[in-house]
Amino acid sequence: MGNFLTWVIWLLAAAACLGTGLRVVTAANPFSSALSLIGNLASLAVLYLLASGEFVAAAQVLVYAGAVVVMFLFVIAYLGGRADAPWAGTPSLQSLAAIVAAAAIAVEIVVVIALKAGDELSTPAQVQDGFGSPAEIGRLFLGDHLLAFEVTSIVLLVAAVGGVILGSAVPKGSRS
Amino acid sequence: MPGPGVAAYLILSVILFATGAFGVLIRRSPLIVLLALEIMLNAGNLALIAFARQTGTGSGQIFALTVMVVAAAEAVVGLGLIVAVSRRHVDLDVDKLTTLRG
Repeated sequence: MGNFLTWVIWLLAAAACLGTGLRVVTAANPFSSALSLIGNLASLAVLYLLASGEFVAAAQVLVYAGAVVVMFLFVIAYLGGRADAPWAGTPSLQSLAAIVAAAAIAVEIVVVIALKAGDELSTPAQVQDGFGSPAEIGRLFLGDHLLAFEVTSIVLLVAAVGGVILGSAVPKGSRS
Repeated sequence: MPGPGVAAYLILSVILFATGAFGVLIRRSPLIVLLALEIMLNAGNLALIAFARQTGTGSGQIFALTVMVVAAAEAVVGLGLIVAVSRRHVDLDVDKLTTLRG
């Protein structure tokens, strides 16, 4: 019974994830694209929770849906949010090639995973209660993965400095 | 009846990644290209979380968190570039932004 409920929630979240993902890609209005991305990230957080990634799910909602998408919305509002119909004006050859390329990427990933890990995917490992909790993540981040933690902070610093430089450089003859 | 296993997660992740790749290829506005890129990164994250649960080690979740940070940094730099381009009164169209000279 518990597994049935898990499957129902999983399938609902997966359907929401795919639907909003498709809407991000196809919506003409950039605002609805960005807002659909929030739904996509929230349904992904539900899927993370079902795979016992509690801290990652919380970080997903806070960092992505909370910060990154708000930044996107600010930039879209700043630039005017012009509608850009994805199909109008696009050469049909280009859209056909895009479909073929996306399908090729999907098939490629499926083939590689099936070849390399076909049999090992059946039985999940037993995990303890604390798996994926903030305490466990913190222990791993400041223990085994300390270098990744430190490099990550440098990446964030460089990105912040780069964002300020890109945003403050005003070209000559510009109105702003 | 077992719960959703890693295979179900991987199928969803592959479809989501292909959706994002399709968006990157088809859209002309660099803003939407960045949004589709976020979908691709999240598809990768979903596979990482599923594998972390499968193997029972936390390293996959650490990797997913690192990907999240890199995605945030990428969004900052990408949006900064888009704003810088728009200040030069150039059309925001990835098909027309073909030279690096301002």
